[in-house]
Amino acid sequence: MTRAIRTVGVCGAGGTMGAGIALVAARAGFKTISFDMSEGALDKAAKQSVDFLDKSVTRGKLNGDKRDAIVAAMSRTTSIDGLRDCDLVIEAVFEDLSIKRDLLGRLDGACAEDAIFASNTSTLSITEIASGSKHPERVVGMHFCLPAQLMKLIEMSPGILTSEETFRTAWQWTEACGQMPVKTQDKPGFILNALLVPFNNDAIRAVEAGVAEPADIDRAIKAGLGYKMGPLELLDLIGLDTQIRLCEAFYPITLDPRAATPPLLRRMVAAGLLGRKSGRGFFDYQGNAMFGA
Amino acid sequence: MKYAFEKAGESRSFPAGDDFLNGAVGPDQADVVIYSGARFTPDPRKTAILIELGMDCLGDHINEDEPSHANVLGFARYRNGDDSPSRLIELVRHPKAGEAAIAAARDLFAAAGLEVSLCNDQAGRIISRLVVPKYNAALRFLDEGLATQTDMDLTCKLGLGYPDGPIERVVRGGLASYYQVSKDLFDAFGAPAFAPPRRARIAFKQAMAKTDTPKG
Ligand SMILES: NC(=O)c1ccc[n+]([C@@H]2O[C@H](COP(=O)([O-])OP(=O)(O)OC[C@H]3O[C@@H](n4cnc5c(N)ncnc54)[C@H](O)[C@@H]3O)[C@@H](O)[C@H]2O)c1
Repeated sequence: MTRAIRTVGVCGAGGTMGAGIALVAARAGFKTISFDMSEGALDKAAKQSVDFLDKSVTRGKLNGDKRDAIVAAMSRTTSIDGLRDCDLVIEAVFEDLSIKRDLLGRLDGACAEDAIFASNTSTLSITEIASGSKHPERVVGMHFCLPAQLMKLIEMSPGILTSEETFRTAWQWTEACGQMPVKTQDKPGFILNALLVPFNNDAIRAVEAGVAEPADIDRAIKAGLGYKMGPLELLDLIGLDTQIRLCEAFYPITLDPRAATPPLLRRMVAAGLLGRKSGRGFFDYQGNAMFGA
Repeated sequence: MKYAFEKAGESRSFPAGDDFLNGAVGPDQADVVIYSGARFTPDPRKTAILIELGMDCLGDHINEDEPSHANVLGFARYRNGDDSPSRLIELVRHPKAGEAAIAAARDLFAAAGLEVSLCNDQAGRIISRLVVPKYNAALRFLDEGLATQTDMDLTCKLGLGYPDGPIERVVRGGLASYYQVSKDLFDAFGAPAFAPPRRARIAFKQAMAKTDTPKG
């Protein structure tokens, strides 16, 4: 028998991903409890969620009653004990193995014996995160895409000890939320980041090797392959410092030379060129000038 | 701008029936002469001379120190294997290429509704250099059981907004011809990321075996 999911907890719900995941759950009719160690972050996320729902009403994508029902289904807490009634708890706290393992240990104490725990990690191993719980068979990978409230894809990964029932229940829950789950093994970066992070690095190395200017590389990728965004434009959006963090997460585990931080990326970050957020990365967002190697 | 199209055999960039071929004039009246498969003749009086490239480099055809080659550029319209040609022209320059020739080539292709990306004369140019390691990784992940083909392709479409997934794309374009692209780049760079993946190697061997089979 699969466990019935009625109440969903989201840890790190004051953050970018957690706030979006809480919206996904509440929108699908689940009682949703947002948990974060920061009350301020929770307040800010709650306001952003209401704004998002109001915009959906204005655009005719949601009616007013449904909006009210979603808001009513959402509550927040800064105490882990507030998650005691949850059937499913999804964590989206900082990307740090010790923080996530520690959180799972605390969830063991706070939640019911048969509650399911899911991790939204992008780079860490589900099996390693699950080792923080006394019940690794109840832990599963559930990787949403940014922004979670708009993107349908979820990469679902069983850890070595995840039970079939846990995986099935979590999978069915994502479908009940109208999401599109895909199954991947518990490997670094699952599918999406395992393909994307080295590809983006290759684009940086092509700039560094003088193959072409950034604008020519992006134009080629868009016109040749039909991608909506070129890799360098995408890197500017992700943040070049974030790309370094991704490389630093992947390279030591995979030893894949394509995942190693390209020297140009380090130089650009050292120079304060972080992408859109700093006003300049591979492209200049003030003057529209281009940066080449 | 008037252009001539001197070809020997089918052009991968502008196959038979492509509108672009209809606009060509004789070489004497042309400002730009395009060579596709045909042996090129240097002519410094022309604004530009364009040599269609496959997996070869522009440097295989010219002597970049030779002043009469300053107006010679390479180009290729990107195609995924047997798929029809894309809108992208990779325009290849050598270090001493003249700016007037580059500008003329850009204008010529832009007038035909194509997008032009200028690149230096390096193996794989832009697209193949970037996609082959990614497609190879996807094919290896499939062998290793990371996910099914459907799930990998769906992930790229839903998660990254790609119009098609990496595996469906390589399979559609033809794994046997993909083998050759991957092998050429592996020979050029020596990096394991370019090494032809198992499935492409098998497809290539099977295609070879078919052509070797005596008929009758
Ligand atoms: N940002 C993305 O694009 C993205 C995409 C997919 C997955 N992820 C993954 O989602 C997770 C969160 O990423 P984010 O970008 O939303 O981070 P974020 O920094 O925006 O949010 C993290 C939140 O977790 C809270 N938090 C941290 N430790 C906590 C703890 N022990 N208990 C309770 N709350 C805690 C913080 O206060 C913060 O509000 C990470 O595992 C990340 O790898 C991120």
